[in-house]
Amino acid sequence: MKKILLFVLALVVLSAGVVSAQSSPFKVAIVMPSTINDLSWSQSMYDALTGIQTAMGGADKLEIAYTENMYDVTAAEQAVRDYADQGYNLIIAHGTQYNSFLFNVAADYPNTSFAWGTATDTGESQGLKNIFAYQANAEQGGYVEGVMAAMMSKSGTIGIVGPIPAGDALLYINGFQQGIKATKPSDTILLAYTGGFGDTTAAAQVAKTQIAAGADVLTGSAQQVVGAIDAIQTAGGLWFGTQWDQSGQWPNTVVASQAYDWKPTLTDMISKIQAGTLGGTVYTLTLENKGLIFDYGKVTIPDDVKAAADQAVADIIAGKITVEQDLATPEAVEMTPEAAAATPEATAAATAAS
Amino acid sequence: MTLSAVLIQAIPLTLLFATPFLFAALGEVFVQRSGVLNLGVEGMMLMGAFIGIYVAAPSGLNQGPIIGLLAAMLTGGIMGLAMAFVSVTLQAEQGISGIGFTLFGQGLSSLLFRIMTGGVITADKNAFPAINLPILSSLPTLGKMFFQENILVYVAFALVPISIWVLNQTKWGLQIRACGQNPAAADSMGVNVVRVRYATLIFGGIMAGVAGASLSIAATPIFQENMTAGAGFIAVALVYFGGWSPFRVMLGALLFSIANNLQIWAQLLNVKIAGSVIPPNLLIMVPYVLTIAVLVFARQRRRTEPAALTKPFQRGEN
Repeated sequence: MKKILLFVLALVVLSAGVVSAQSSPFKVAIVMPSTINDLSWSQSMYDALTGIQTAMGGADKLEIAYTENMYDVTAAEQAVRDYADQGYNLIIAHGTQYNSFLFNVAADYPNTSFAWGTATDTGESQGLKNIFAYQANAEQGGYVEGVMAAMMSKSGTIGIVGPIPAGDALLYINGFQQGIKATKPSDTILLAYTGGFGDTTAAAQVAKTQIAAGADVLTGSAQQVVGAIDAIQTAGGLWFGTQWDQSGQWPNTVVASQAYDWKPTLTDMISKIQAGTLGGTVYTLTLENKGLIFDYGKVTIPDDVKAAADQAVADIIAGKITVEQDLATPEAVEMTPEAAAATPEATAAATAAS
Repeated sequence: MTLSAVLIQAIPLTLLFATPFLFAALGEVFVQRSGVLNLGVEGMMLMGAFIGIYVAAPSGLNQGPIIGLLAAMLTGGIMGLAMAFVSVTLQAEQGISGIGFTLFGQGLSSLLFRIMTGGVITADKNAFPAINLPILSSLPTLGKMFFQENILVYVAFALVPISIWVLNQTKWGLQIRACGQNPAAADSMGVNVVRVRYATLIFGGIMAGVAGASLSIAATPIFQENMTAGAGFIAVALVYFGGWSPFRVMLGALLFSIANNLQIWAQLLNVKIAGSVIPPNLLIMVPYVLTIAVLVFARQRRRTEPAALTKPFQRGEN
């Protein structure tokens, strides 16, 4: 009797397995330039995917595959083609640099859907119907953070640690500068690029140089910024982040981070694909559609700063403030002797006294 | 802002960020002087950086900076020993096996970082602090420029004269140089070439481990995957740059580091040439272009190159 029961039980389990296997999951693959834990660009997309996976009911409903560190565009193309061959429904080429191959690959796999960003071109002019494009209007959040940074800096000198002057990093940096200029036109902006995305040492070196030049508030973009955040924390200053909430590790240093929420974008893409539309839409994260959101750490933000930030958000949404994506060539920085003489200790003391 | 004001601010950071290059390159001087090319420095630095911070950091094993440094030295030493086994005992092609160790170190340090830390680790209060040297640090201007660094910076620069003395004035130094210039003659004089090369490679590995730790638990007290970003290869280039002399290697490390720091200043101040701002991408290249330029001129000094460099030693055949 026991054996029969076990046999029946086994049959039930097996058939349940067969049934669930029949409703095959939606398969998404992502090819990214850095890593799923980069605290910035790649992680913003990967975490949106895992968030959707949880909402949809786990790996049975949404299968996620990823390939990291695809700085090499040729290797990235190979990875994208491999995923297409394996029958993935949606393949995300998560980098503007993948433009060189994406349209060719999409033409070779007309029944597979592709997405890429930072981009606005879905290839429709070339007759392609299976590409989605996405971008983040990072200059909007950058402007808001620039307003806050200008109001919270005691020394009036603010540093920006850039990766390379391109993509969403450049948009953010340009917006941030406009926010400062609109709030305190006399503030000194110290901008330098590291020339890469992952060189934490270079980012720390830029940050420490800016601190030596009197900066007490810094911002920056790309995964290398952890080196810079740590430097400004040591000096007792403040940090503004972008692409990802960076307050977890440095709660008393990170004032605010502009985070990208790709979940609505991905959800819409998936439902479109399931309905038979494989591409053709350009998605843009903005303050208005709440694709750009702010995360706050434990730094106390004065009420007037908070009010000014909220006002800036409202004005940008209402169209009263237009944040330009491009900036004119910067003027030479004329530093006052006082700013040059400011030491990290003095900056730290000024910040601590606040 | 005047150049002197910039220099006063730039010197401390130049010394701080020359330190990892100096540790790694001084170790590599000994390795190459004994006739072996170790291109695995980058991987050894990364492993030293990760193990060092993991042992030291509060969110890791919380053992503090000194135990962390010792762990980084042990890690580098073990990798140096492994490199010695491959390149000296098995006589594998040195350049290729070194690249192998670099790839191994990059991969393993990234893997361990993910498994053991969950993606973020900072040394925090367990990093080597900046020390104000007694009396010297209170000197006007000079004190701030030279004498407010962490302990590893002082150690790195103190190792320069010590390295010169060991290489040129001691029996060990003579044996090392003999193994690099003419291993067959050294062997016939009773020098154990294999043992000397094992010793220098282990020492070079230890120094690379310290170089990594001088980043992760001192200069930039965090770890990120591939955080050395090619510093190990720059260190090897500095050895050629400096013509295998510890003093000139130090000059090279300082030149590279100050060029890098000044190009950051040039970016910050939007320095103009002929009325237009120099593009940041050009400025970022300056230290590298400078290094290549000096390497080309350094060709004239090639007579100091160890004659047996990259040549495996086989008793009775060389």
